[in-house]
Amino acid sequence: MKGEVVLEAENLTRHYKVDRGSFQKPAILKALDGASFKLVKGKTLAVVGESGCGKSTLARLVTMIEKPTSGELNITGINIVTADKYVLDRLHKKVQIVFQDPYGSLNPRQKIGHALEEPLLVNTSMSGRERREAALDIIRLVGLRPEYYDRYPHMFSGGQRQRIAVARALMLNPEIVVLDEPVSALDVSIQAQILNLIATLQEQFDLAYMFISHDLSVVKHIADEVMVMYLGKPIESGSRDTLFSKPHHPYTRALLSATPVADPFRTKERIVLKGELPSPIAPPSGCTFHPRCPSMTEICRGKPPELTEIDGCMVACYHPKTYPDGGTDEISAR
Amino acid sequence: MSETTMQEVVERIEPVDDRPTGFRAVLAEFWSYFSENHGAVLGLFFFIGVILVAIFANHIAPHLPNQQFRDALLQPPFWEAGGDTRFLLGTDAIGRDMLSRLIYGSRYSLFIGCIVVSISLVVGVILGLIAGFFRGWVDTFIMRIMDVVLAFPSLLLALVLVAILGPSLINAMIAIAIVQQPHYVRLTRAAVMTEMTKDYVTAARVIGVRSLRLMFITVLPNCMAPLIVQAALSFSTAILDAAALGFLGLGAQPPTPEWGTMLAEAREFILRAWWVVTFPGVAILVTVLAINLMGDGLRDALDPKLKRS
Repeated sequence: MKGEVVLEAENLTRHYKVDRGSFQKPAILKALDGASFKLVKGKTLAVVGESGCGKSTLARLVTMIEKPTSGELNITGINIVTADKYVLDRLHKKVQIVFQDPYGSLNPRQKIGHALEEPLLVNTSMSGRERREAALDIIRLVGLRPEYYDRYPHMFSGGQRQRIAVARALMLNPEIVVLDEPVSALDVSIQAQILNLIATLQEQFDLAYMFISHDLSVVKHIADEVMVMYLGKPIESGSRDTLFSKPHHPYTRALLSATPVADPFRTKERIVLKGELPSPIAPPSGCTFHPRCPSMTEICRGKPPELTEIDGCMVACYHPKTYPDGGTDEISAR
Repeated sequence: MSETTMQEVVERIEPVDDRPTGFRAVLAEFWSYFSENHGAVLGLFFFIGVILVAIFANHIAPHLPNQQFRDALLQPPFWEAGGDTRFLLGTDAIGRDMLSRLIYGSRYSLFIGCIVVSISLVVGVILGLIAGFFRGWVDTFIMRIMDVVLAFPSLLLALVLVAILGPSLINAMIAIAIVQQPHYVRLTRAAVMTEMTKDYVTAARVIGVRSLRLMFITVLPNCMAPLIVQAALSFSTAILDAAALGFLGLGAQPPTPEWGTMLAEAREFILRAWWVVTFPGVAILVTVLAINLMGDGLRDALDPKLKRS
């Protein structure tokens, strides 16, 4: 069914303990500090942000590699925090992941065919021949030759390896695929190919994607919904078109203004943020973005702003930019 | 776009590496790296020679190792005055043929090497895998024990162990295996810890691969290169240590024709009959040297850092 919600996260948090030597209490690193979102069949949610904003932690939680510190995570209606081992095992098959680096995500001592068969081998009772057939089918599906079955990963280029990684993620017929920067390690010419492959597969299998990226032009190409994160918290989320044409949060606007536009005659406002991303061990008070924010006032230091709806977007800011006459932002890319 | 054209497009942009795969190709590539090191090739051939001698000892050796020729006590090698071509390398104090004893002795040396390396490799790999895989207190527990073993001088510890277990070849081998254990555990643990951080291990977890399969089928094959080298090099250490224990009377017991034991028996004739001491010593030296050269070549051929692609 199209439009069915397959994953629902409520206030998801993940904290890590960081040792600071023998004489100090371990610090708490808030890698993810309250994220709520939904994944819908056949749709793509893009998660955007600087490095260190909790994108990859989110990926690890959604794929159940790690458990959340608090918050709820429902996958196909089952709460993973309270589910027992048997149910979790079944859920594991529904969520798969494609990693950023195709050179590290394939076992160098494993033939491509065996890598593709492994999910079936450990999860199903298919016979060797059936597994081989399934692997060959999927090799063809992602645009590779069946002859590659017996090859080792080192014989393939980055783009081909990423195709294999995508194929492996699809072997168990998942409903959700987490794409953790799947194209940022690839050449631009190959990026488009892989993105097209990913889009085709989504249509074919009605997959829900969580697409993690820092490349906004890629996000604009592939996303349906976009969630912008800053220091472990979503600060603005909404549909792609609204978010790109009417960014409300100052941080979103800064991110968008940093995307290069291939038009020499277009003068555009460039918002340059001051300072560095603060440490998630000691985040700033109030709105965590306030030390770098161009429109900061006293109120931003106090209570952190709640997510509120503006023009169909959820924004956490005391001073969002509004578009009263229905216009669009001059800085939005392309 | 039909499937074939899509494949063609993909391949036009990213050509496929068409080098052959499979065991033969891997072996050929290995040999091309290995053969660059001439010393290693020499070592390998000598080692193969020793293996053949050990296998066919009963066909090659002119006499039985423990057969005594009462008419030829301490006879010098055939080229010395008083030598006899019946005993090419002379005889020892009770008239046993040196050459035959050396030939049969190679069996013991290889046997010791194989058994010691197998025991320490298997146990070391398992302990190292467990330590590197589960970390935490298991890791601390295993590694501190290994540190304690490492803190003793190896031969001294082997001596103590043999003294406790009782002197025999089997006990000497067990003692040497225990002494060599920590090196394997440390190597395996380090390699496992490096591999565990890689994405393919996480990917295997997400797929649903269980711990045992993850340890032995996913991670272990990627840690083998340093272990193979260590195994080759400690093969020679095992032979050397066993010879030392034999020399001290705690290893193989007479009349076993083990090289170290032969040395010990010949000690009192050092000044009168040089051949009784020299030949077992030379046999140990050359075998250990050959294995070490071979190990160096193995390391060069298996170390990805030294590889040009």
